[in-house]
Amino acid sequence: MTTAIAPAAGAAGGVGASLRERLQNVVPKLVLAPSFLIVLIFVYGFNLWTLLLSFTSSKAFSNFNFIGLANYQKLWTWTFETDPPSNWYTALVNMGLFGGIYIVFCLVLGLTLAILLDQKIRGEGILRPIYLYPLALSFIVTGTAWKLFLDPRIGLEKAVHDLGWTSFHFDWVVNPRMMIYCVAIAGVWQTSGFVMAMFLAGLRGVDGEILKAAQIDGASAYATYRRIVIPIMRPVFLSALIVLAHMAIKSYDLVLSVTGKNPGGAAELPSTFMYSYTFTRNQMAVGSTSAVIMLMTIAAIMIPYLYSELREKNQ
Amino acid sequence: MSAADLILGVPSREPTRHSPATRFIIYGLLILFALVYLVPLFAMVMTSLKPLDEVTGGDMFALPQHPTFEPWIKAWGEARIGVSETRGINGYFWNSIKMVVPAVLISTGLGALNGYVLTKWRFAGHKLVFGMMLFACFIPFQSVIIPMATILGNLGWIGNRLIDLTGSSFGFGNPTVNLVIVHTVYGLGFTTLFFRNYYEAFPTELVKAAMIDGAGFFQIFRRIMLPNSTPIFIVTVIYQFTNIWNDFLFGSTFAAGDSSPMTVALNNLVNTSTGVVEYNVNMAAAIIAAAPTLFVYVVAGRYFVRGLMAGAVKG
Repeated sequence: MTTAIAPAAGAAGGVGASLRERLQNVVPKLVLAPSFLIVLIFVYGFNLWTLLLSFTSSKAFSNFNFIGLANYQKLWTWTFETDPPSNWYTALVNMGLFGGIYIVFCLVLGLTLAILLDQKIRGEGILRPIYLYPLALSFIVTGTAWKLFLDPRIGLEKAVHDLGWTSFHFDWVVNPRMMIYCVAIAGVWQTSGFVMAMFLAGLRGVDGEILKAAQIDGASAYATYRRIVIPIMRPVFLSALIVLAHMAIKSYDLVLSVTGKNPGGAAELPSTFMYSYTFTRNQMAVGSTSAVIMLMTIAAIMIPYLYSELREKNQ
Repeated sequence: MSAADLILGVPSREPTRHSPATRFIIYGLLILFALVYLVPLFAMVMTSLKPLDEVTGGDMFALPQHPTFEPWIKAWGEARIGVSETRGINGYFWNSIKMVVPAVLISTGLGALNGYVLTKWRFAGHKLVFGMMLFACFIPFQSVIIPMATILGNLGWIGNRLIDLTGSSFGFGNPTVNLVIVHTVYGLGFTTLFFRNYYEAFPTELVKAAMIDGAGFFQIFRRIMLPNSTPIFIVTVIYQFTNIWNDFLFGSTFAAGDSSPMTVALNNLVNTSTGVVEYNVNMAAAIIAAAPTLFVYVVAGRYFVRGLMAGAVKG
């Protein structure tokens, strides 16, 4: 084809230019196409595949025997099965406990640290990196550290006993009923620095003139924050909340490492439920169903947020 | 001014003036929090430098009385990982390196090209394409893991056939290759986001002028975009490196036994239920697993924070 066109292009410059132009228009799309195709297949195609599996009777291997909504019905029944509690019930309760503690404490601690750091203190360059370094660690390392730190035999409890307070009791990390709180503690330790950074950026973005005006009007520092700064930062709260909520739902490694592979499913979360039903209990269809529920929850949080973010940028 | 600049830069506005008592409370709280963030790391380091009887018999926070590097040597070369015949975590450390380097380079390179197309060579629907790639950053991996396992299983089958036919699998079914594929695919959303936001702020006039001078797609990328992209390359490489090195879910699903990455080996080492728990060896292994990302954080903290803030979408 090129041989057919080349002489023509040589004869008339106009045709050559338009071919070049057309090529210029195609190249960018050709460059982007592989990546987009990969995302289409590996993200959207695979999500659809998982959705299909959730309508089947797949056990250890996937099959395409469609059984309608039976798996969703099963999870719906398990949601209310409390005697003995089903693993799904435990997963949902733990998700609420872990997610609630994780989000609230990260927000409170993050905001507190950001406000304290924003008082033009000396040594910010030393303190700030200390609050942020846990983010560089893997959840497995964080979990390993906290498991040791909270271990009653050698960790915190023992250290307090050695100090003389022998009635001090803290065995949550080995107590199945309390394990999930330890996961939350480790999670807050790891992520609160990130929230601090988001709030600090928000605080520093507040117009200095407004604060000056408040100061001239005689507003106390507390009132300035309560009435002016924090309301201005509402979008930062929303961003932080969404980022934290989506991280809470995706938490997986931390549970396994803090609890030591989640003994007896005591610290079950939807993420570990999905994994164990799919890969060890040979109930792939039930696993897929829980994965779809996780995906839908995250989509319900992220899609409106991303949509508004992209639209804002356009303006 | 980006969010990261606001955090890392010197605040421009006048600070609120505080009384000495308030200053004292502010510094007190900030230092107290800094200690809370540092204590688990401190306990880890102390434990890793003590002989085992000193760990089980003594105080976790005490300095070692007989400091020893024995636990480190044991963790690196001798410790038993799960049921594996190979001793020590050194092999897994190299597994992680072999996985991280190609995955980071490929995903970053593709992200740069994608960001360039999505900002400087826009086409109808570019926003939808970007939105779809962006959402890929946030999906719970549970919702793609079953199809991925099926596909990688098929690649393994092809690899075995190729071995029968030619004596070499050409990388098909190789666990490290599998993990490179997986991390590249699910890293694309983030790398594209980073470069897209960076190139968005890059003056389009320069690109237009080059186009009028007759420069083509790749020429502009190489001569104009790349020389101005060093900061975003550093940010993206650090972000990808940290994420992929710290991954556990994919590593534990798609690479078993001796081909596991570091995080999986660490989890297996720590949670082996047989024999005496060697806390000191576990902690040494955890520090080794954390060392590469911590090193990057210490050396290039500013870029790390930039990536973090960009990953929170706002920016």
